[in-house]
Amino acid sequence: MQDSINLVIVGHVDHGKSTLIGRLLYDTGKLSPERIAELKKVSKNTGKEMEFAYVMDHLKEEREQNVTIDTAQTFFSTDKREYVIIDAPGHVEFTKNMVTGASLAEVAILIVSAREGVEEQTRRHAYILGLLGLKQVIVVINKMDTVGYSNDRFNEVKEQTISHLSTLGIEPSYVVPISAIEGDMVAKRGERMNFYEGPTMLEALDTFKGRESRDNLPLRFPIQDVYKHDPKRILVGRIESGKLEVGDKVLFYPSEKTSTIKTVELFEQEATEASAGMSIGITIAEPLFIERGEVMIHPGDTPTIADTIDANVFWMSRKPLKKGERLHLRCATQELDCTIKEIKKRLDSSDLSVIEENARQIENNEVGELTIVTDDPIVIEDFNRVEELGRFVLVKDLDVAAGGIVIMPKE
Amino acid sequence: MDHLDQLEAKSIYIIREAYKQFGNIAMLWSIGKDSSTLLWLTRKAFYGKIPFPVMHIDTSYKFEEIYEYRDAKAKEYGLDLIISRNEDAIASGMDHSSKLQCCMALKTNALKMAIEKRKFKALLLGIRRDEHGIRSKERYFSPRDANFKWDYKNQPPELWDQYKSKQSDEDHIRVHPILHWTEVDIWEYIKRENIPIVDLYFAKDGKRYRSIGCKPCCSPVESDADTVDKIIHELRTTNTAERAGRAQDKEDTYTMQKLRALGYM
Repeated sequence: MQDSINLVIVGHVDHGKSTLIGRLLYDTGKLSPERIAELKKVSKNTGKEMEFAYVMDHLKEEREQNVTIDTAQTFFSTDKREYVIIDAPGHVEFTKNMVTGASLAEVAILIVSAREGVEEQTRRHAYILGLLGLKQVIVVINKMDTVGYSNDRFNEVKEQTISHLSTLGIEPSYVVPISAIEGDMVAKRGERMNFYEGPTMLEALDTFKGRESRDNLPLRFPIQDVYKHDPKRILVGRIESGKLEVGDKVLFYPSEKTSTIKTVELFEQEATEASAGMSIGITIAEPLFIERGEVMIHPGDTPTIADTIDANVFWMSRKPLKKGERLHLRCATQELDCTIKEIKKRLDSSDLSVIEENARQIENNEVGELTIVTDDPIVIEDFNRVEELGRFVLVKDLDVAAGGIVIMPKE
Repeated sequence: MDHLDQLEAKSIYIIREAYKQFGNIAMLWSIGKDSSTLLWLTRKAFYGKIPFPVMHIDTSYKFEEIYEYRDAKAKEYGLDLIISRNEDAIASGMDHSSKLQCCMALKTNALKMAIEKRKFKALLLGIRRDEHGIRSKERYFSPRDANFKWDYKNQPPELWDQYKSKQSDEDHIRVHPILHWTEVDIWEYIKRENIPIVDLYFAKDGKRYRSIGCKPCCSPVESDADTVDKIIHELRTTNTAERAGRAQDKEDTYTMQKLRALGYM
């Protein structure tokens, strides 16, 4: 079985995301005769030429208005591996859908139109890629056909994009000139851009790695639930990092209770060990009262227990986030009520300029540097080490309203 | 962990999350390959003792094989099986020529009645993103209002396995634990786990069903694939759509969008 990579395509509205995906699917032979027929039919009904964008824009409103509203996923493969493509809407109004799509990805393609260059949503999406910790990024300069396949224009937009990304700490692995509509440099090189000597977009993608194994990191096993199957009490969850084995001495955080692993529980399967990524169950030797939200670790390499955290938060609700507001915070399986103690900075997510220091509130699609006080202790960790414990969401009313990354306290 | 291990681990995580968050839930089992895979994963998640009911929406127009398989497996797995039928609509007879109306009456309304009766807060469903364009827009946890409407234009964000947990009183949440699987993934997993599957999927006399539902609205595809291995081989080489034999996908370009917006599975 080949491995599979989740790939998100982001960028400003109308820079050609959906068209690029249609092109990719078409060139890799993934469009069925039924889909091509359906696309032709819809294109005809709405009075348009056959449009690749329709491949991913499935909602009636999306096709009529020519704008992607929600994220969608599809699949294609190369000789090397399978890809899941996530199309993310470019329009500012649907940024929360873009964040949803991008949070699933390991690799990102940032698409920039050669004609318009970097625009507001290009910058905002780039910021979100940084926030989500995406490190494998390809920039494609699209619509090269509209600028006469000009090497000079390519270099101009390339420099502009790279210089913006560097302010976010993102270094793209490749910058590829393409024409999604004509197909140049996407799956095939074409004849019109011989000035460019790097890989095609597809070749560039194939050089990336899937998610690295996290078996060699310290053990982090957040308890998801406890099943009472008499006489056993099975602690279930997913191992986010590290490995465990029957007989291991373990510690639960934040309660700091200690025990020993008695069994590893898998359905109709014998096991004495388990590793990162697996959804498993365990039983422990001592009859401890352990609940959802505790994080099981090995003694020695411990995460941080805190009740006040600083974090960068991207706010995604039409109702503003207010200083002093009570919200619900979820980090791995931990769920806590919290108070927004301070909004130290309120930032514009398109250029990260500071709108206000010590602000009273932040608005939809803005970024805040916050101090949050949780009602109970929370287990956190550096996002760059164990990301599941370094990131969290804030729930307002009934919905997820923000994604945040913990800023670790200085030692 | 290989590809199937990763898919399985994520699905089990989601199934356990749904039960933890909502408690009073049910799994929808159409007896097809996808929901039978979901059933398999759910048994794994709870070590063989599924702590909630498994529901079959019976339109009365299903294939004989489906009913036989359902009753045999429900007994073997010790399931708390709910069979939900819209008896009034069935008694009055259905006109299959309008898929929208027939699917609404026999599936969506039968489901509504069952939820009304049991007050389920969430339902596990075996839909997949690659099945149909409109399903590619779905979230893992997807709210429905009291009228079962799916507000696809204003879906809540979903990131990092943090799913919608709370709900207002009138909502139920559709939970989609195998949303990220493809059709080939399903068959690869069926092969690896040796999951028993209804015979209709295997070719007889040069035809097999790739997707099953009600008898009047399903047509078989040309195929000689009479084993799981042959099916996997066939899927790796074909570019015909999985639901090409399903009538409700064809009636009008947006029938599936309309059906889903109104609460269809």
